[in-house]
Amino acid sequence: MGQTTTDYTLKLSGLEPLIIFPGSNFINIGERTNVTGSKKFLKLIKEGRFETALEVARDQVQGGAQIIDINMDEGMIDGVESMVKFLHLIASEPDISRVPVMIDSSRWEIIEAGLKCVQGKCVVNSISLKGGEDEFIHQAKTVKNFGAAVIVMLFDEKGQADNLERRIEIAQRAYKILTQKVHFPAGDIIFDPNIFPVATGMEEHRKNAIDFFNGTKWIKENLPGAKVSGGVSNVSFSFRGNDKVREAMHAAFLYHGIKHGMDMGIVNPSQLEVYDEIDKELLEYVEDVLLDRRDDATERLLTYAEKVKGKGKEKAIDEEWRKASVEERLSHALVKGIVEFIDADTEEARQKYPKPLEVIEGPLMSGMNIVGDLFGQGKMFLPQVVKSARVMKKAVAYLMPYMEEEKRKNGNLSTNQGTILLATVKGDVHDIGKNIVGVVLACNNFEIIDLGVMVPAEKILEAAQKHHADVIGLSGLITPSLDEMVHMAKEMERLGLKLPLLIGGATTSRAHTAVKIDPVYSGPVVHVLDASKSVPVAQSLISPENRSETEKKFKAEYEQFRIDYKKRKKEKNFVSLEKADACKLKIDWASFKPSTPAFSGIKVFDNFPLEELRAHIDWTPFFLTWELTGKYPTIFDDKIIGSEAKKLFDDANKMLDEVIHKKLLQAKAVIGFWPANSNGNDVVLTNGLTFNFLRQQNEKAADQPYLCLADFIAPVKSDKQDYLGGFAVTTGIGIEKLIEQYEKDHDDYHSIMIKSIADRLAEALAEKMHEMVRKEYWGYAKDEQLSNDELIKEKYQGIRPAPGYPACPDHTEKRKLFNLLEAEKNAGIILTENFAMYPAASVSGFYFSHPESKYFAVGKIQKDQVENYAQRKNESIDYVEKWLSPNLGYDN
Amino acid sequence: MTNIRDILKERILVLDGAMGTMIQRHKLEEKDFRNEALANHAHPLKGNNDLLSITRPDVIKEIHRLYLEAGADIIETNTFSGTVIAQSDYHLGADWVYQINFQSAKIAREVADVFTKMNPHKPRFVAGSMGPTTKLASMSPNVNDPGFRAITFDELVDAFALQVKALIEGGVDILLIETITDTLNAKAALFAAQQYFDQIGKNYPVMISGTITDASGRTLSGQTTEAFLISVQHMPLLSIGLNCALGAAALRPYLQVLAYKSPFFVSAYPNAGLPNEFGQYDQTASEMAAQVEEFCKEGLVNILGGCCGTTPEHIKAIAEIAQKYKPHQIGLTAQT
Repeated sequence: MGQTTTDYTLKLSGLEPLIIFPGSNFINIGERTNVTGSKKFLKLIKEGRFETALEVARDQVQGGAQIIDINMDEGMIDGVESMVKFLHLIASEPDISRVPVMIDSSRWEIIEAGLKCVQGKCVVNSISLKGGEDEFIHQAKTVKNFGAAVIVMLFDEKGQADNLERRIEIAQRAYKILTQKVHFPAGDIIFDPNIFPVATGMEEHRKNAIDFFNGTKWIKENLPGAKVSGGVSNVSFSFRGNDKVREAMHAAFLYHGIKHGMDMGIVNPSQLEVYDEIDKELLEYVEDVLLDRRDDATERLLTYAEKVKGKGKEKAIDEEWRKASVEERLSHALVKGIVEFIDADTEEARQKYPKPLEVIEGPLMSGMNIVGDLFGQGKMFLPQVVKSARVMKKAVAYLMPYMEEEKRKNGNLSTNQGTILLATVKGDVHDIGKNIVGVVLACNNFEIIDLGVMVPAEKILEAAQKHHADVIGLSGLITPSLDEMVHMAKEMERLGLKLPLLIGGATTSRAHTAVKIDPVYSGPVVHVLDASKSVPVAQSLISPENRSETEKKFKAEYEQFRIDYKKRKKEKNFVSLEKADACKLKIDWASFKPSTPAFSGIKVFDNFPLEELRAHIDWTPFFLTWELTGKYPTIFDDKIIGSEAKKLFDDANKMLDEVIHKKLLQAKAVIGFWPANSNGNDVVLTNGLTFNFLRQQNEKAADQPYLCLADFIAPVKSDKQDYLGGFAVTTGIGIEKLIEQYEKDHDDYHSIMIKSIADRLAEALAEKMHEMVRKEYWGYAKDEQLSNDELIKEKYQGIRPAPGYPACPDHTEKRKLFNLLEAEKNAGIILTENFAMYPAASVSGFYFSHPESKYFAVGKIQKDQVENYAQRKNESIDYVEKWLSPNLGYDN
Repeated sequence: MTNIRDILKERILVLDGAMGTMIQRHKLEEKDFRNEALANHAHPLKGNNDLLSITRPDVIKEIHRLYLEAGADIIETNTFSGTVIAQSDYHLGADWVYQINFQSAKIAREVADVFTKMNPHKPRFVAGSMGPTTKLASMSPNVNDPGFRAITFDELVDAFALQVKALIEGGVDILLIETITDTLNAKAALFAAQQYFDQIGKNYPVMISGTITDASGRTLSGQTTEAFLISVQHMPLLSIGLNCALGAAALRPYLQVLAYKSPFFVSAYPNAGLPNEFGQYDQTASEMAAQVEEFCKEGLVNILGGCCGTTPEHIKAIAEIAQKYKPHQIGLTAQT
């Protein structure tokens, strides 16, 4: 058997695997453990300070290097000895040796010595035809017997390939020898088509970059399986000392290199600009050079380089609005959300006004008032408001030290509208909505104390006292949070508080607030539908003139709601569990042919490639998060919000590019299938575990079945071996670091953006996994061909209901599912005490394959089912009623 | 020889059980480990089980026979410690090492051939056992000196080269590099084997079997199962699998990794459960067979046998299970 010839996947390993397949992300090779490239590393090796040298390697791996290149080619050190020693030491450091190494040397004896030290599948960098075919074959055979992949430099007996023709000639020849004479696996061959400096002033260097790109393209198209790598920093050699130009050149080079098929490269991440962030003028000059687009390209880049040299980040571009007064400039920056000049403008205003506080109360607040008005009139949209808030925050942060100084001299001078405390309740991790509300309120001059997520009631109350809060706002997304909010209201009542309590979040409702929360608290309780509604509510509840009237209004409104609700409730009829069970969905099991999954047990997907998820994103909910209502993509045609939606969409995609390119988020998934049969309303796995499901009890028309998820699984007595599937996916690994960074920069816009994108990616991953399950892993719909739109409309066979959602509203079943999947270990998702998943960008659920399975809502259930369910779960009735409280169709 | 690759596609083959456990039953003494030539060897030899192929071939042959009777398709030579590195503990040099491997292969061959002759429809194979040696190439035995190595790659290649040559000259059908705790040691064994194959111009099937040390799911040298697979995948192996350390139930998740990702046949020969506080394995044949049956049900394996603590009774029970199920099919599950 052995590897089939068409498998061109490059698989490397340290302690852990690194799989590079066609369509993989660019692989980032760490370059700092290289004595020829790093003076610091050379010094450490020369002085025998290997311990510190190890730290260099560790930093690289932690910094995201997926392979580490190690080079000891220096006349002053013993290359063989240093290579061996360093590789030995690395082997004892699991956090370094988890990634594969690249043994980099121009001396064969160093490469051979290195190969003898590495247990994983490493990469040799490099061999070439420089010394003739015999030597090349011998070296390639040896590399193969050591089980390593190889980088082949495009170099032959005549010298280095320095134009396109030579690159093609040598690559073709080397490939032929390797695949036909050495039988080297084609997928393990990596060409280095030589990256040479450009803009050197020499005519013959003009095509250095473009020849590399075209050579890469040729290799990828003509030499099946072969990969391409290169040392990127060489290209900018003639701009040493001018980091701005170099960073831009590296980014642009990589951008084009990857487009032409470059798979991996030796890159210094600290010397890399984001392609989209490159100054457009500079980018044009750089690309003119790289792509050899004009005769004076080098001259123009050099002239520009002279200009930016030492000038730092200062801009040459001037715009009209910069000529206006400082007040107008601040206002413009706020309304347009431009952060670029805010520090300088704020400083100018600070010098102009007698006190720093007057800058805030004067020009900054009047700018924010415009923003608030435009938002209120529907002329600005949430994404813009959040950007404005970012500018405001930056300005305030700039003034902060001066105000502290002022305060120290004169005592406190607070003029804010009031202090609002915000928190996502205990056991819940969702905070996008809360953050948006925070930003909008802050724009309206409220002081916001945001306690974050998973905040217990005691903490909230303690903070409310400490900060003299005027209002408390609670947020939650999962159903158990509703109970937590009731608990919070009871605590406030117990302590005799009268503070207004605002309730918000996806799972909250006016009904729940009116029926469950309002009656237990004598102070005002208000359900706030979205961010834009929060401002007038908060203002009227804080204002001394309006408060009592507002309070009365809401109390009366909720009272009336409760009366109506009771009336309505009585009109609803329920059937007994016995009857509902008798009218279950009848499936013809006798003719049913269960499909057997490709495996049983679990399968883990570590580092699922994010770029594969992009096409699966359902954008409509993304716009909803930002309070832009409309269906994607027709939302762009909307006369009022279309252009803002487009801008938001572009920003989101820009961030997605960066997230994907720099691998800022990590996606993990675990799926599983278990032989199972239904037994009544339970699904019993052959491993002994049982999932308990609930059945609808709302009275229906005579011919309609009362549904329960267990109906979709073949019953025990059918004698058919059926299966139940499960999954847990996340795309939130790594998000904390990003949020932390954005929050440090007072950048709510990007902080909310990354969260909303991560949420979408998680849904996309769940969708993608479900597709793979249907077509491949369970394989019951191998021939399915659906467009993304049809997928979003769930036109496929089988469902993936999530515990805690309408078809199986009991969150506690999630714990069992997580145990089976070992989701904590395999997907890095943690369940909170209230069964919220952390990171928040996670999705989990069951897989049902039967063609008749469909989504439905269990709705309200009756006491008889609660008792039956408690017995089946072997839990107390209290416990079941606590977790199913939103589904109870009776008063308890 | 009937092509083992063809048979492996048809049915699950059974590998034999523990050699050490069976030798213990004979309550052998120092004198059993000596012959005329070793009468005056200055160091104790008791416990050097591999030597019994020379000094007490009757005992070893009897064990092979019992396993073949129990239904084993493949028997392992008594050469787990047959390298100059492991034999240096007994102060035995290269000549003895060659003899150990050559004689062990020869007697296993003899017994196997008798059984094949009796029933040609069930051909029996001899796998030359190559243990991990006593020294690790990618770990330091001294915690205070992590850069130190007790053995080099070249020394390992030399040691394995001798073992490979003697096993093949003694008549084995297959090489079995087993109980791999350090992948670099295994790579040295593969390197030596390939070198020898190139020299004689003929390839022999090679089986590889790693050892997952504990519940972390990694080899002693720290690799995950998939990383281990990738690290040895450059050889056109007959099979890759796992043995020793864990009982069958605990081995399952790691076997799944191999079954889904390996382009080779998959083998498993777990211990008879975990040792009790006296270091004995007390999982019964039927208990073990029930756990191993799970592998078969899931279609995870092509070769099934036993490691520490297993006896002909265990192998008999496993052989009965094995014939009830279809073997693992390579490439059945797509790779990710």
